[in-house]
Amino acid sequence: MCLAIPGKILSKENIAGVDVGRVQFGAITRQVALGFVPEAEVGDYVMVHVGFAISKVDAEEAQRTYEILEQLGALEEELGEPAIPARLPS
Amino acid sequence: MKYLDEYRDGRIARALATEIAQACTRPWVLMEICGGQTHTIMRYGLDDLLPKGLELVHGPGCPVCVTPLETIDKAIALAARPDVTLVSYGDMLRVPGSNSDLFRAKAQGADVRIAYTPIEAVKIARRLPERKVVFLAIGFETTAPANAMATWMARQEELANFSMLVSHVLVPPAIRALLASPDNRVQAFIAPGHVCTVMGCEEYEGLVRDFRVPIVVGGFEPVDILQAVLMLVKQLEAGQVKLENQYVRSVSYQGNRFAQELMAQVFEIADQKWRGIGMIPASGLRLREEYAAYDANKVFDLKLITAEEPAECISAQVLRGLRKPTDCAAFGMRCTPENPLGAPMVSSEGACAAYYRYRRHAPAV
Ligand code: SF4
Repeated sequence: MCLAIPGKILSKENIAGVDVGRVQFGAITRQVALGFVPEAEVGDYVMVHVGFAISKVDAEEAQRTYEILEQLGALEEELGEPAIPARLPS
Repeated sequence: MKYLDEYRDGRIARALATEIAQACTRPWVLMEICGGQTHTIMRYGLDDLLPKGLELVHGPGCPVCVTPLETIDKAIALAARPDVTLVSYGDMLRVPGSNSDLFRAKAQGADVRIAYTPIEAVKIARRLPERKVVFLAIGFETTAPANAMATWMARQEELANFSMLVSHVLVPPAIRALLASPDNRVQAFIAPGHVCTVMGCEEYEGLVRDFRVPIVVGGFEPVDILQAVLMLVKQLEAGQVKLENQYVRSVSYQGNRFAQELMAQVFEIADQKWRGIGMIPASGLRLREEYAAYDANKVFDLKLITAEEPAECISAQVLRGLRKPTDCAAFGMRCTPENPLGAPMVSSEGACAAYYRYRRHAPAV
């Protein structure tokens, strides 16, 4: 119920004073209200919840977080098998 | 999908789990507040990756689960009226009221419709001026801006046949109530990333200060959750107490100003009853006086119904992290997602439903 998923803004228009856009989530696109993220432009990624964009994904922060984590993953490969068995991803 | 798949990387998740195991020298009890996070933990078996003694307990963060029985009963009573079209998020249809649920009401001929967004309810009201359209507006702070926008739009358009049955809950007062309770055993929290996306982090700073409890704002993918757990374990082991943000790609310290402004314009803070938990002061939202014409509680003559939960449902303890769903005698037997006795078995984000779905054959944990 509180899930928001990232999607890419394909187009943006103003209908009767309200900003809306087509947003792509993987293979599907949906109309999304963009009024809460006026700074988001076509090509940007936004987090969408019940038809509303609630934030613009900070691409730099996403990249930075992931790089730090990647290094961790690379380290694990060098060290060999992990100590804990996993059933990831399902 | 970009910004999703990379945070499901199994290799990174396992590396994080190894690092958590190395950092953790003592038993700790952590709580994830949000049902979305509970769902991820169960789906990917993240708790099995954690060292023994590091326990994840599940919080009250499923708005479907904590919507009071009375609200469900009111929605069912409204739907039964021949002039009403009741619109709701799909998750609400199977939530048991005292005697029925919206799904059964629909099967018996009530006009109950599912909407993915509250805007859809406004559109239905526009399209069907002869119907009284009621939107069952539930949710945490994540959903409140959308519901506020729908109400605001209806008022702008002077839609006379639209109203909201509001049951909004706020996260920080609930954490406060949990921490203030004498039987609390939670030592650190993963705060809900999407609630914080809207509200920012400031309120959590106050909780960290007042209760000396570490809090990390966390995302919803496996890697996000494990990283948040690692950050908390490091704090706990080092005796630190601070607020940290793991979910930086979505959450800023201030949150979403535009969403906050509209919420404040349409809603005001009110005492709120939580299903399974009871009344928590100043933990909900209601429509402001200016929006009285859109408040289903005022538009319709709704008697206050007092209702009772089935005695064997222990959701009160489950929602406060005191017991696990598998401790419930009814779990998986008399209570299943098809025939739920209590609300946490309904929504996929409810702890009981998540346990049932991903572990039904596993022994009790
Ligand atoms: S399993 Fe069903 S009856 Fe037991 S606590 Fe969960 S919702 Fe209630």
